[in-house]
Amino acid sequence: MKPIIEIRNLSKKYKIGVKQPYYSLRDSITGTIANASKLFSLNQHQNNNRLNKDEFWALRGISLNCQPGEIVGVIGRNGAGKSTLLKILSQVTPPSKGEVLLRGRVASLLEVGTGFHPELTGSENIYLNGAILGMRRSEVNRKFSEIVDFSEIAKFIDTPVKRYSSGMYMRLAFAVAAYLESEILLVDEVLTVGDSAFQKKCLGRMEAINHAGRTVIFVSHNMSSIEALCNRTVVLSAGKVVYDGATKKAIQHYLNFQKKTSQDLLSDVNAREGSGEIRITSLEILNDKNQPVSVVQSGEDYKFKISYHNPSKETIKNVVIGIEISDELGSKIIIMRTTFTNDNYDLVPGKGELYCEIKDLPLALGSYHLSLIVTQADIALLDHIENAMGIDVEGGDYFGTGSIGAPERCKILTKAHWSKGAVE
Amino acid sequence: MESDYLVKIKPKKVSVLLDLAEIWRYRDLLYIFVWRDIKVRYKQTLLGISWAVLQPIASMIIFTVFFGNLAKIPSGKLPYSLFVLCGLVFWIFFSSALTHAADSMVVNEGIIKKVYFPKIILPLSSVATSFVDFVINFIILLVFALVLGFIPSIQLLYILPAAILVTMLTAFGVGSFLAALNVKYRDVRYILPFFVQLLMFLTPVIYSLTIVAPNNRLLMALNPMTVVVESIRSTFAQGNLLPLNIVIISLLSCLGTIVVGLWYFRKTERFFADIV
Repeated sequence: MKPIIEIRNLSKKYKIGVKQPYYSLRDSITGTIANASKLFSLNQHQNNNRLNKDEFWALRGISLNCQPGEIVGVIGRNGAGKSTLLKILSQVTPPSKGEVLLRGRVASLLEVGTGFHPELTGSENIYLNGAILGMRRSEVNRKFSEIVDFSEIAKFIDTPVKRYSSGMYMRLAFAVAAYLESEILLVDEVLTVGDSAFQKKCLGRMEAINHAGRTVIFVSHNMSSIEALCNRTVVLSAGKVVYDGATKKAIQHYLNFQKKTSQDLLSDVNAREGSGEIRITSLEILNDKNQPVSVVQSGEDYKFKISYHNPSKETIKNVVIGIEISDELGSKIIIMRTTFTNDNYDLVPGKGELYCEIKDLPLALGSYHLSLIVTQADIALLDHIENAMGIDVEGGDYFGTGSIGAPERCKILTKAHWSKGAVE
Repeated sequence: MESDYLVKIKPKKVSVLLDLAEIWRYRDLLYIFVWRDIKVRYKQTLLGISWAVLQPIASMIIFTVFFGNLAKIPSGKLPYSLFVLCGLVFWIFFSSALTHAADSMVVNEGIIKKVYFPKIILPLSSVATSFVDFVINFIILLVFALVLGFIPSIQLLYILPAAILVTMLTAFGVGSFLAALNVKYRDVRYILPFFVQLLMFLTPVIYSLTIVAPNNRLLMALNPMTVVVESIRSTFAQGNLLPLNIVIISLLSCLGTIVVGLWYFRKTERFFADIV
């Protein structure tokens, strides 16, 4: 059987300058003059394959085949090229090199609710969004009541969507998407929103879609939904395919994939404060099998391995070590300090390691920064490295229910025990 | 499932100027964009659709007072009010189609970045949306003319469709060009109102082509709206039609506009999502 999606040596180059708000004619005119003057200078080699300073490759020579009926997961860090790949497959943006053959109609869900207009009512938006996603009017007519049922907001269907809560908005938007009919469905990270019951419903719907023999490419940061849906997963890193195979192994590969960055070798970092009587030389995160990892999952157990150096000849007593975790906005959200647990150390001269174990990592999906602080008795600052390491947390199964919490609204997870009192 | 269905995505696509087959496949989307724009435009407005009517009538009154009564611009056999309304109804059609088309890419940025569809549908739908307002305005023009006792000649039956077509095509051609330019250079947004105003004075809306020196008439014919406005007036005035050379220059200019506009649009549209 011929593959339904054939990707051959696909590359995509972006200009970074393009990300700026917009060009103005003036810039363009001065640019033209600058280029024209270059033409007159000798020794000017124009090499198209060479990358200018302000360009980068989002995808570098990706080749993939997908068979009809497969659900293929795509995972990778932010900036690995996942979204670019979907954008090319859905023809939103053209590739720079290579080609793609698609043997079926494509529907893409790069976003839920594309084109929704706040002034229009729910039912009007069903028609609008349906048409934008490629549905015929007759098709929407036919499925209208099913879509409304799926969204569970029949009561508000004639209310302008600007009065909807964000949850209602998502429900309606996903309901439209759920009834798309196409041989190929591309989905980008859209299930991370909405409450967990509705997420389950959406996942169920996607499985049903697959049973109907359709091919799905599913990009997500949520490992538990990737695991639930996909039997094959592709790992992207820096625009290349670094793993392609069974989902369990792909996730393992991704989480363990150790990219040696300068960030975890801290001995050379200059942006630090403190007397230097103790120096942190490296920071690593180990998983429960003591393997270093670069990406972690909510709800798993990890160990921070801190290597230090005491260059003096004396033992430094009562050393306090602190690991501080801040979110993307820079707010500190977790502080682990040896004083909290009466774990201060006396460090003898020479090199050594300290371990900090954490059970059931309570961080929700997202990116975080770690800072390290070493003091003597919380008074004298010995070493301090702000933003020593960045970590990406992927949604794991913290609660044991498959829910990833509400990462867009709250970064800390905690297990609560609910109960119901007797009825009087 | 169509087994022979095949889409090839390649870096450079050889494409025709206007893929009519594809636009036809996406006709439902075209329809829904027009429907959306009309629906949204008059939501949360007190006067609703009557805004469409108010603009030409208010302009007609102001222009009649200043240009007709005070400046005494000659208007031939027609009273100045009817004379200027003929011009305004078509001019407002053209300028609103042009302005909306030029803005269409930037306004629908969110959709362009997330979904594939033939983008030419957006300027096309802007022109179609303006056509709806035009129909209302033209009915007002007809009623106004009948009230003043002017019955258009039988030639209106073919001049009207031709005038509408030329207006739409020109607005679509220039609009597509500016829409594509607008994606890259937001300067277009600021220049456009001046450009449209300037163009109005280069079109015989408030004056007649007869007051222009004969040599300059050919130059003015480069603006297809010249022929549109003058021809419509001649049917109300039961007057002579325009000389053929002027009509031909206008039609060629209209054709040129659309070719250049579409060519530039097609050339740049594949990268809209990257830079918009």
